[in-house]
Amino acid sequence: MENKIPQVKVPAVVTPGEDILVRTKAWHPMETGWRETHDGQTVPRNRINKFVCTFDGTDVFSADFHSGVSENPYLTFRARVPGAGVFEFEWHADDGSVLRASARVGVAGA
Amino acid sequence: MYELEIAEVRLTRRQVVAAGGAAALTAALAGLMPAVAEASPKDVKKTLAELTGGAPLNEGRIAIDVPPYTQYGKQVRIAVSVDSPMSADDRVTALHVLAERNTVPEVASYHFGALAGEVRISTRIRVARTQILVVAAEMSDGTFHVGKARCKVARGGGGCG
Repeated sequence: MENKIPQVKVPAVVTPGEDILVRTKAWHPMETGWRETHDGQTVPRNRINKFVCTFDGTDVFSADFHSGVSENPYLTFRARVPGAGVFEFEWHADDGSVLRASARVGVAGA
Repeated sequence: MYELEIAEVRLTRRQVVAAGGAAALTAALAGLMPAVAEASPKDVKKTLAELTGGAPLNEGRIAIDVPPYTQYGKQVRIAVSVDSPMSADDRVTALHVLAERNTVPEVASYHFGALAGEVRISTRIRVARTQILVVAAEMSDGTFHVGKARCKVARGGGGCG
């Protein structure tokens, strides 16, 4: 599961200034640090604590996750982009690993 | 054949009881006294006060779509929308989701940047038990809006959030 790359969906073609739906899903166990295995070992905490979405370097959306977010965090939101460009997505985990994904949108007629 | 299967099952259970009785008792006691306590509505009030800095909480403008009853608290879909034009001078800057009776009341905070569209987010959260979910929106003019929704979780269906 940890090796799967995050899934991201954006429309291929957008109208500048319109709201587009951005759908993201990262594959991560989101361990709270409270769970115990059957032999009494505590599973160390490992959550995604930060999600960042940028569009050509401009901040679009970011999120702080706490223990209440489900594993394999699914998140959709809306963006209003000025034209064609590339969305960059980053998920920062407690163990220092960073999951990355990117998605390109184009403009009709371009 | 049927009787043989029954005997096998009994043998297995006896083995389990003999070998792991002490361990099972310990686990049961640990289950009765969880090491991690749950939060209370007071904690949410405190967190809200910290977030707002004592500013008044207005009602309205927030719509929360959460199932009123669920059997599986580990993945509860929640959709939040805030009535805001998201123009340069009237926009939502942050949205906070809090759960009154989760272990940690903060669930997630969302921050809206320059290119964010209208506030309609959808995600999946853990709901530890039947409780009220609180959503607070921070507007660009410094005011705060709150919305609440109740989610009932079936007995034994909590999400340990």
